[in-house]
Amino acid sequence: MSEVIVITSGKGGVGKTTTTANIGTGLALLGKKVVLVDTDIGLRNLDVVMGLENRIVYDLVDVVEGACRLKQALIKDKRYDGLYLLPAAQTRDKNAVTPAQMVKLCDELRNEFDFILIDCPAGIEQGFKNAIAGADKSIVVTTPEVSAVRDADRIIGLLEANEIRNPKLLINRVRQDMVKRGDMMSIDDIIDILAIELIGVVPDDENIIISTNRGEPAVTDQKSLAGQAYRNITKRVLGENVPLMDLNVSEGLLAKMKKLFGIKPA
Amino acid sequence: MMDLLKLLGLKKQSSKDVAKERLKLVLIHDRSNVSPQFLEMVKSEIIKVIQNYMEIDEDSLDIQLTKTNSEDGERVVPALVANIPIKGMKNAGR
Repeated sequence: MSEVIVITSGKGGVGKTTTTANIGTGLALLGKKVVLVDTDIGLRNLDVVMGLENRIVYDLVDVVEGACRLKQALIKDKRYDGLYLLPAAQTRDKNAVTPAQMVKLCDELRNEFDFILIDCPAGIEQGFKNAIAGADKSIVVTTPEVSAVRDADRIIGLLEANEIRNPKLLINRVRQDMVKRGDMMSIDDIIDILAIELIGVVPDDENIIISTNRGEPAVTDQKSLAGQAYRNITKRVLGENVPLMDLNVSEGLLAKMKKLFGIKPA
Repeated sequence: MMDLLKLLGLKKQSSKDVAKERLKLVLIHDRSNVSPQFLEMVKSEIIKVIQNYMEIDEDSLDIQLTKTNSEDGERVVPALVANIPIKGMKNAGR
């Protein structure tokens, strides 16, 4: 049985695309056949995050308009077996696709793939409606900030109103040092407010920017803490029960040495 | 120690507690702010059910989403308040 999972957030810039890229790559590394669908028409980015921007010929709009066959638009990621990208169109707008067309597309993709991950645009308008149209499940990405949590709450309401039950929460960019000081909402605080099930927590990690610079998802980086977090989340997507990782080890060697000698970190 | 300082008013409330309190309040408002179409849907369903048992004055029926204190009085929770004037009972209801 294939699953269509939409990755959404309401607010922009909280890490939907990064999450889509990492969970998708993680699933492929575990032997699943995966397609990443970028529905952010006009502002596509999943292609650059995946490092596949130079291989785009056709896009999502070409497929739904019948300008090409689905197989022609799918970009095979040569680095990871079983991983494909369906890029968004860059020169069109969200209204170029309808929810009904998205349902049809998702159903077509189900024949070929174990997992169809839909990268949703920010906002709650047409792009959001398209992205969730064909989805069975959803992952709501948020960060420990009032604006992101508020928007996540709105999105959770809209998902449930559209019969996408049990959305899962991914809390991104957690800074454990700030949580300890009482200057950032903790995982428990956010779950308390949003009252949905947690699928994982990703620490704020500069390796994410480094890996995005290179177009290589952090999930493949064994040394990165965020990479480990995404590997755990991938397993949870597959139904495995993986305990939350300890975010406290996020300090680098230098910070640990400083602490050892009683030097306050800058 | 932190709590003691807080009690004495010497320590400022942590910024995450401020964030949490503000969020809780704003979400009560957000969550109760439903679309008129949604309320219209609820209204027509309620009328349908009640009309099986009573004759009601549809024109002066009033239904709205508002806030009320929870039973323990500690929280503010959303509430659906409906004011439905009854004209008479139907035989089926007896």
